[in-house]
Amino acid sequence: MTAIAEGTRPVPRRSRFVLDRPEFMGPLFIAPAILYVVLLVALPFFLAIYYSVSAYTIFNPSYHFVGLKNLKEVLESDIFRHTLGNTFFFTIVSQIFGLLLGKVGAMLLIQDFPGRGIARALVVLPWAVPVSLAVLAWKWMFDSLYSVINWTLMAVGLMDPMNPAQWLGTTDLAMTAVITVHAWRLFPFGVVIFLAGLTSVPKDVLDAATIDGAGFWRRNYVIIMPIILPIITIALIFGTVFTFTDLSVVYLLTNGGPVNSTQVLGSLGFQVGVLSGDVSHGAVICLFLFPFLLLATIILLKVLRRREI
Amino acid sequence: MAAVAARHIRKQFGDVFAVNDISLSVNDGEFLVLLGPSGCGKTTFLRILAGLESQTSGDILIGGENVNEVPPRARGIAMVFQSYGLYPHLSVFNNIAFPLKTQNTPRDELRRKVDWAMRLLSIDHLSSRRPRQLSGGERQRVALARALVREPTVFLLDEPLSNLDAKLRTSARSELKQFQQTVRTSTVYVTHDQVEAMGMGDRIAVIDHGQLRQIGTPTEIYDQPADEFVATFLGTPPMNLVEREGGSLGFRPEHFLPREMLNGSALAEMPFRIDRMEYLGSERILYGEIEGRPSKRIVTAKLPAHAASDQLRAGDRHAFAVRCSELHYFDREGRRTREGAVQ
Repeated sequence: MTAIAEGTRPVPRRSRFVLDRPEFMGPLFIAPAILYVVLLVALPFFLAIYYSVSAYTIFNPSYHFVGLKNLKEVLESDIFRHTLGNTFFFTIVSQIFGLLLGKVGAMLLIQDFPGRGIARALVVLPWAVPVSLAVLAWKWMFDSLYSVINWTLMAVGLMDPMNPAQWLGTTDLAMTAVITVHAWRLFPFGVVIFLAGLTSVPKDVLDAATIDGAGFWRRNYVIIMPIILPIITIALIFGTVFTFTDLSVVYLLTNGGPVNSTQVLGSLGFQVGVLSGDVSHGAVICLFLFPFLLLATIILLKVLRRREI
Repeated sequence: MAAVAARHIRKQFGDVFAVNDISLSVNDGEFLVLLGPSGCGKTTFLRILAGLESQTSGDILIGGENVNEVPPRARGIAMVFQSYGLYPHLSVFNNIAFPLKTQNTPRDELRRKVDWAMRLLSIDHLSSRRPRQLSGGERQRVALARALVREPTVFLLDEPLSNLDAKLRTSARSELKQFQQTVRTSTVYVTHDQVEAMGMGDRIAVIDHGQLRQIGTPTEIYDQPADEFVATFLGTPPMNLVEREGGSLGFRPEHFLPREMLNGSALAEMPFRIDRMEYLGSERILYGEIEGRPSKRIVTAKLPAHAASDQLRAGDRHAFAVRCSELHYFDREGRRTREGAVQ
């Protein structure tokens, strides 16, 4: 019996266990990601680089090489230089406000109070709402006739009813409006990051600081902030990249206006390259983002590496 | 004078009393251990002493003054936490200097005090390291040094040895005790480890379910346990309890010996059926039952390994005995009663 059983047992073939082998499965699992990056990131990126040194427009799709001519033209344009300045201003200011609000929000939400769970869920809303819907709501709030902001300011007597603010029609106010909306959209991200940071500080460390005589400010800025600094740096860099490349708020709220006062690189690139069909100049404008993003990425990776040690 | 005194401390969380009417005092220079199982309220009580939690009712006196309304930093206490609570981003020097900086201590005085504390604990060579570059034992010493520079009236230590491995714990235990004897600062030490408690405490306060069961010297706690809880919480293996009329009878495993090993009269003899034996190197633990008793409680005997005669085997019946002076009597509520009074 034994002999028969042994005789009929199939000899295991090597190919049967191919799925157990990491050197086969590893590349298989990672292939979709590589494919995705190559097709949707690397390819368009190199295409953009090529467009930027060609004379390609929608109306005349020629790959004729023109060198740095496009770059020179873009750099000489007043609108572009103005836009570059706007982009930095918009990015930096909305970052500051987004993170500040995030910190305050996190410090409130880390307290124990009834309904904290609901409050925490609600805070994430600005992030979860589709940007088009959110901006639609804001557009009404900034409307020249129906602005609830103006109505409130008039009601408390801070604004002259005869001369209401034209939020989206005046250059300074339009920038304020764009930054407000963007900071509002960033703020939940800030809250989440700060909450994660604050909860990661060991309770023993906070108790020790309390006993050692550190008051609110010292506890916050000498103990907690340095401990969560790496997390904040990551948040800041993510937020910066996110804001720097963003065109949705500007495009939906002001479309760059009035007179390009809220134009950012993303929206300008879109207008020139897609709407006007001047692909090569659009590519140059968008590629201007690249050095800054590269720098941000390098810093990010450095911070992450330092954190691991 | 008592360095610290607690009067009728209660702490309520919802319906539960985490600390239920604990009163005790710590004498000057004394090392008091709060001993109890996890979740018995000992850490909560320590945090109340520190001012990190507020009591529901009761008074805390430190150095004779009522500190109920005094914030932790002004209570004259220093605390060492279970995971030390070192500031991870500061060097050893700055960790130790932190409590002085918050008091705006002048720079040279600060330097002097920190150096003194570091030398006392022999960590001066580590002064510029970060906590994560230190071993567990070194971290503990940094935490002690940080506590020391504040020159507190009392040290509060919350299981400071539990993060160390077994070998290091033994040496850290004697170091800690030595350190306390050098500085002679009153100390309240929380632990669930009876070996630490017995080895370090001048006195031990045994706590269970938020209540103080007994406070006394290690010998008092071990030899005259106030109730069944204390009797069975201390000792490895714990005290044997067998039923008797009107309560129970207790005797320590090391006092429960083969009849022939005991001489003299006044012995309580019991027929012991050995079910299982464990050889632990220096001693032998015997598990079994006392025959002729209605309840089937497992009874243990601890014999010196060399004395455990070869005749004793699992499955054997043998006459064992306890000296009457080593019997403990407990009433139905589990409280100690006068020896033989109810019998």
